[in-house]
Amino acid sequence: MSEVRRNRAELARDKKATFGADVDLLQYQILAEDQTKALDLDNLTTEDREKIIQSGVDLEENNRAGTFLQTDHRIVHCAAKQPGLEVLPMAQALEEHPWLEELYWQAVPVDADKYTAQAELHFQNGYFIRALEGQQVATPVQACLYMKHESTAQNVHNIIIAEEGSELNIITGCATAPSLQSGLHIGISEFYVRRGAKLTFAMIHDWAKDVVVRPRSGIVVEEDGLFLSNYVSLKPVRSLQMYPTTRLTGPGAVARFHSILVAPPGCELDTGARVVLEAPHTRAEIISRTLTTGGVIKARGHLRGLEKDVKAHLECHGLILSDQGIIHAIPELEGHKAGVEMSHEAAVGKIAEEEIEYLMARGLTEEEATATIVRGFLNVQIEGLPPELQARVDLAIEESEKSML
Amino acid sequence: MLEINDLWVDINGDQVLKGVDLTIPRGETHVLFGKNGSGKSSLLMTIMGFRRYKVRQGRISFKGEDITQMPIDERAKMGIGLAFQRPPSIKGVKTRDVFDICNSNSVSCEDLADKFEFSELLERELNVGFSGGEMKKSELLQLLLQDPELVMLDEPESGVDLENLKILGKAINKLLQKYLWRTRAKSGLVISHLGFILNYIEADAGYVLMDGRIHCRGNPRELFKGIQRHGYQECVKCQR
Repeated sequence: MSEVRRNRAELARDKKATFGADVDLLQYQILAEDQTKALDLDNLTTEDREKIIQSGVDLEENNRAGTFLQTDHRIVHCAAKQPGLEVLPMAQALEEHPWLEELYWQAVPVDADKYTAQAELHFQNGYFIRALEGQQVATPVQACLYMKHESTAQNVHNIIIAEEGSELNIITGCATAPSLQSGLHIGISEFYVRRGAKLTFAMIHDWAKDVVVRPRSGIVVEEDGLFLSNYVSLKPVRSLQMYPTTRLTGPGAVARFHSILVAPPGCELDTGARVVLEAPHTRAEIISRTLTTGGVIKARGHLRGLEKDVKAHLECHGLILSDQGIIHAIPELEGHKAGVEMSHEAAVGKIAEEEIEYLMARGLTEEEATATIVRGFLNVQIEGLPPELQARVDLAIEESEKSML
Repeated sequence: MLEINDLWVDINGDQVLKGVDLTIPRGETHVLFGKNGSGKSSLLMTIMGFRRYKVRQGRISFKGEDITQMPIDERAKMGIGLAFQRPPSIKGVKTRDVFDICNSNSVSCEDLADKFEFSELLERELNVGFSGGEMKKSELLQLLLQDPELVMLDEPESGVDLENLKILGKAINKLLQKYLWRTRAKSGLVISHLGFILNYIEADAGYVLMDGRIHCRGNPRELFKGIQRHGYQECVKCQR
């Protein structure tokens, strides 16, 4: 099986992605496996520790059910603190669970493009997180993929499984060392939400100015399963392109995506979410808030209703704070049966003068009024998101507010 | 407190005020009547300093200082407050946050909201999905927190049911210190269509604004009676 996969990847080695600028993969060195020097939390430098903490990781592991931390291609720390929860490096998980082969590359095709191909051909671990059947892991599990080595590629493959009737909450922070200028991050993430399970996922990206990011994610939600995703990228990154596909395969399955994106000058974000409603009574919601202070944002969304009695809504709101910035909202609705109920709402523009002046009449200066409105615009409360994850998102927005305006 | 001389204002080239003269001494409340589009709201928005309202001629002074070119927030800090006729909805910004912005005297927002039956709306986004009455109440409570010396109210009673009108009346009373007489320090400029508001304020003078000019001055209750009886056309003729 792995040979077939490898062959498919080989054939896709130069396959350009449908969206996003094409990346010359040869520009980025691939670090070789090196297990001679063990890494652990204690030998992280102070500046790395600070950056990792900023990305949402609690290094003391307080109020965390488990932790996974990988720097470049090496595992730094991996632990599960609660029974019924598994947190493993992907290579180890593949060894321990032979059945995982069946799920590996099932939600994302290995030959989707050159990035998925590279993740297969130059596999550098990643995380495996799983809540066993019926287990309620209410305390968040944290994961961090950290890049430190200049001009290298990090190719990780993650699998997250919420088994039948379980609950799992994950906070992931991806970040780069302060000294790092350029790099490529390829992250494959496959999510399997089994019958009646609930999986919430908050991802906060904090890359460097010249980093290129190509996540490739696929999500499968079974009957009465719930998947909630909250994605935040507020810091400069040269190019980020992702368009995860979610399949709602069983009746009553629900997926919600909320994303908050800020594009400073020189930054290109091409992101969105696609949900295929394959079973009756499934529901989906895609909400994005995008803001440019000079960068380019493409905010995509695609809802495909294949069965009757499905309900889905798509909302893209964009705020342009600089004439150099561009926001391009591309919402798509595709209904295949009578009885699908799908809607979208898209609005792109600058802050209404009327709103600024209104707050000025209450005593705020123009800058303060603008900041208040921007903060409100980015303040997306995601229904069902655990308070710890929401607090983390709120904090990220608060911290970046000053540099944004 | 407020002195306006020969004020000419336009919006996008359209003249909306054509030589308005108006003086409101400290402690007095004046009422503006007039048809829709006569320039009443434009006058209040100009006094507040909204940028769409371009002053082409004339002068506005407040507490002896020329504020004609002063930014909105500085006017607010000097003590001018406006309850909007149609305030904007601001998505994502909680009503409580705006109340905190207004709160100049560290008053408890909870207590105030509780007193005026507004508590449930504090956590909602400002004016998003609010009824007409709820918006008016929100405006008045913001002014109570701001505690301005010149209180400008743009049709505070429109769209409000009778029960809430009483509650709003209580807020307006407080804002304009109706309970004080000789020592009243607050001044008011109030726009009214329906005249209900006259029951809740001690109005000292009234004006009829027509086509960007003040046509009639007098006792506000008498003026309003006249308007009810004969319509605004009589005011044009009377030129008092």
